Amino acid sequence: MLRIRCPWCGERDEVEFRYRGDATKLRPAGDADLAAFAAYLYERDNPLGWHVEWWLHVAGCRQLLKLVRHTLSHEIHAVLAPSDEVSLPTAEARR
Amino acid sequence: MRGPARIARGLLTDAQRPLRFRFDGRDLEGLAGDTLASALLANGQQLIGRSFKYHRPRGVVTAGAGEPCGLVDLLGAAGREPNQLATTLPLRDGLVAESQNRWPSLAFDVFALNDRLSRLLPAGFYYKTFMSPAWAWERLYEPLIRRAAGLGRLEAVVGDHADPAETVHDHGDVLVVGAGVAGLAAAQQLGSCGLRVLLADQDVALGAGPLLEPRWDAWRAATLASLARLPNVRSLASTTVLGAYGHGVFGALETLSAEESRRFGGLRERLRIIRVRRVILASGAAERLIAFPGNDVPGVMLAGAALAYLRRYGVAVGRQPAFFVNNDEAYEALFALAAAGIRSPGVVDPRTESWAMTRARALGIEMHAGAVVSAVGGRCAVRTVTVADLGGAHRATLPADCLLMSGGHTPLIALATQLGAPGQWQEAIAAFTAALAPATGRVARAAHGVFGWAAAARDGAAAARAVAAELGLDAEPLSALCMPADAETTPLAAIWEVRAPGKAFVDLQNDVTAADVRLACREGYEHLEHMKRYTTHGMATDQGRTGGLTGAAVLAAARAVPVSAVGALKPRPFAQPIPFAALAGGEVREHYRPKRRLPLHDWHETAGASFVSAGLWLRPLVYSRTPGWEAVLEEARAVRSAVGITDVSTLGKIDVQGPDAARLLDFVYANTFSTLAIGRARYGIMLREDGLLFDDGTTTRLGPDHFLVTTTTANAGPVLEHLEFHLQSVWRQLDVLLTDVTDQWAQFALAGPRSREVLAAVIPGLDLSNEGFPFMAAAAADIAGVPGRVFRISFSGELAYEIAVPAVHALTAWLAILAAGHSLGIRPYGLDALNLLRIEKGHVTGAELNGNTTADDLGMRRMLKPRGDFIGRALAGRAGLVAPDRLQLVGVRAIDSAQRLRNGTQLVAPADRTRSLGYITSSSPSVEHPGWVGLALVAGGRARIGGRLVGLAPAHGETTELEIVSAHHVDPENTRVRA
Repeated sequence: MLRIRCPWCGERDEVEFRYRGDATKLRPAGDADLAAFAAYLYERDNPLGWHVEWWLHVAGCRQLLKLVRHTLSHEIHAVLAPSDEVSLPTAEARR
Repeated sequence: MRGPARIARGLLTDAQRPLRFRFDGRDLEGLAGDTLASALLANGQQLIGRSFKYHRPRGVVTAGAGEPCGLVDLLGAAGREPNQLATTLPLRDGLVAESQNRWPSLAFDVFALNDRLSRLLPAGFYYKTFMSPAWAWERLYEPLIRRAAGLGRLEAVVGDHADPAETVHDHGDVLVVGAGVAGLAAAQQLGSCGLRVLLADQDVALGAGPLLEPRWDAWRAATLASLARLPNVRSLASTTVLGAYGHGVFGALETLSAEESRRFGGLRERLRIIRVRRVILASGAAERLIAFPGNDVPGVMLAGAALAYLRRYGVAVGRQPAFFVNNDEAYEALFALAAAGIRSPGVVDPRTESWAMTRARALGIEMHAGAVVSAVGGRCAVRTVTVADLGGAHRATLPADCLLMSGGHTPLIALATQLGAPGQWQEAIAAFTAALAPATGRVARAAHGVFGWAAAARDGAAAARAVAAELGLDAEPLSALCMPADAETTPLAAIWEVRAPGKAFVDLQNDVTAADVRLACREGYEHLEHMKRYTTHGMATDQGRTGGLTGAAVLAAARAVPVSAVGALKPRPFAQPIPFAALAGGEVREHYRPKRRLPLHDWHETAGASFVSAGLWLRPLVYSRTPGWEAVLEEARAVRSAVGITDVSTLGKIDVQGPDAARLLDFVYANTFSTLAIGRARYGIMLREDGLLFDDGTTTRLGPDHFLVTTTTANAGPVLEHLEFHLQSVWRQLDVLLTDVTDQWAQFALAGPRSREVLAAVIPGLDLSNEGFPFMAAAAADIAGVPGRVFRISFSGELAYEIAVPAVHALTAWLAILAAGHSLGIRPYGLDALNLLRIEKGHVTGAELNGNTTADDLGMRRMLKPRGDFIGRALAGRAGLVAPDRLQLVGVRAIDSAQRLRNGTQLVAPADRTRSLGYITSSSPSVEHPGWVGLALVAGGRARIGGRLVGLAPAHGETTELEIVSAHHVDPENTRVRA
């Protein structure tokens, strides 16, 4: 079970959060075509390694967090605000 | 001494407290402190059950949780509990146990024939044999196999009869798994530097390792006393850590002793969810078996188990114990039994020389060096042991009544493996060890290959200092207590299997032989995990703790690769069987999930309501406890003819405020809200980004920057999440705040042609005329002196209002409205009547907003704004979502009004009854029409209005001729709501 260090509430169990998927997918402009929206909604990588993802603290402060998580080790490298710039760690995850 | 085999005082047993118990109908006696297994062995009962597949006689093999064979049924007041582990089950007075998997009796078992037929029952035989005909699997093969194979029988001991269980949450800095020497030393070191430590061990007593060695008594006593003085160290005996779940979360099962159980109202187990910053795994190693013919005869057991039975319970597992061992540690059992006066007829060791062999020779024990055991004489008990040299030539036959084996020790690294640590092969111990990342913790002692108790103590303390340093503390080595020096030992010589005629088992619980492993390999199941699934090697309650690595080594030999290339099985949670009741804890029956009660719950109950669960909510279904539709129809008639009131407080309510509130709503709703006037409400629909309908509800503009969004009851949470997610990710620039006010406001729908008169009586100040307060108007108002809000909105199709008041004042407002409506015949109505009214009117709810429908399907295409961005806009235009043959919302009524309708009834064309054209989503008896009315989703449904279809409900044996009508069964012109 993930323990997520919410910057507002402290370290909490994963069950308090809702996973909202890949945070690098940006919603296309309103007038974008069908293909752009289909890509935004359906096309997802399944990386082995670092993944930037949205977690919403639904059973806590209701704030949206941007996590950098390793998909194999589950190590959480960073918990960021939605507008924060993400820098992926260069080293492999600690297992 | 209680039992002929009880030859000494056990460290755990109390000779003054005899306990009576019954096994297979025999009345026996044991001692307080015994396990069922030790009490049976004390009574000379070695035969304890029949094996899984071949029904071979079996006895206990271990003295602990890794036991493969000692499984029994426990008979109690609550019924029969199968697969109880005799080796860990504490004996209690009056305990009744039965052996498993035998018929008619343990000594004579009909299905032992399976053993003779074993050529017909190879690994994977289910897959190979019972292929056809297909019908025979369910009716013939499976019942037969279930009768012949398997272990315990399950009876209904669950449900209301289950014993209570509970879940507790533990928090700390460090979890130490295993309270052997290393674990105790680690806990002491960590505790001394002030860290909060949890020390868990599955054994009933802490220090189980040193418990076996009298020389360590002083160290053990001193360390336990020192731990007891540290308030920041919590010691949990009888607590098995079941699994490691990452991020410092562990699950553990604590088994309560009989005394504790009485103190806690019959509680037997406690599930502990442990959250810590670091872990020290000092869980030791499990002694492993050697695969040789007859290694399953009752009386063949692990050498370490014999030592444990002697030291812990004072029980000699035999009078003539022969040994087959390959490591010096196993000789401890030989020396201890010899000291207790039990003389071994001989020790077989494949090595030629070792320190322990030298010591054994000095005791005058017959040594067979450079030899193996090639056969065991006896079926229900050991009678002889055949010794052969490494080439297979016969060397000697020893008389024996038990055979104590040891193929070395396999470190228990399951928890480390679950945390992602790869196994590392260690040639010196012929086993895998594991190392944890420093951010997770450390492994100590056997888990990284350290044997010998003094070495273990030093290793545990060193691991603790490393963890303390990780946590920013400087731990000084503690002054060493009097530690006996470790005896010199010679490394083991790996031996996995003795190839000779007869069945040599690698998994005693699942009856998997070394030959089965080779067969699996020949048939292509070369990967360890494939071989496991093909043969069932390493499955079930013991998870292959005694023979798992042995099986892997046999596979390695078959593949002609080193064991390190085959790897070890990955043990997943749980480390031991856990009752479902313990996992459920207190979350059972009425506590299975929380209940949400309406502010007026007590009033509804007093008024005679039957309640229905809607999500977590309890809602009044109808104000009657008599089954049938009559009361529902009366409530609905009151609304259609006069006035009724219903509690709709469960609606989701989200307060939206901020300069950009209108812009946000324009994004999330498919229709427009920025044009909404203050003091007006509007019905809105939300789409998902994929273009399908998500939710609907009315939203009211309370001020220039202030809206109140209502959602369906079921989607109150999801809609708020949807809004928050998009507000904080996609439209971060918008200045809007969302507040969930669902629980803060009670809300009532007052509906019916006389509702205006009732409302006027409780809100005297407000002009309720059509000009002053038209359809979809909203205003702040005092309701019977309570400051609240009034909306002119309708879900019933009648002239109607919704009244919202702060939840704490709900009763005041509700009673005032009832009093005002009394002379007009006002009636409260429940969810059934509310549903009836909305189906008649053709309003949709969760049955139609089912995640598969579009706005067009439900006839709301015109609500989609033609310009501007909103969620779902682009993908709602996909070809598949606008196809003309999609299921569309229509109304249905039976031609024969005496026939009822059912939700889920499939609709077909009269001419082609094999193809479904749609189905009924909602149905109810009607007050406006004779009989029933329904809503349905029908392919190209709007074009079929006026036509007929046939409804099929085969589960009810019903065929109904239906006419397809507009979804608006009443008042399609919408005049009533504007009256």
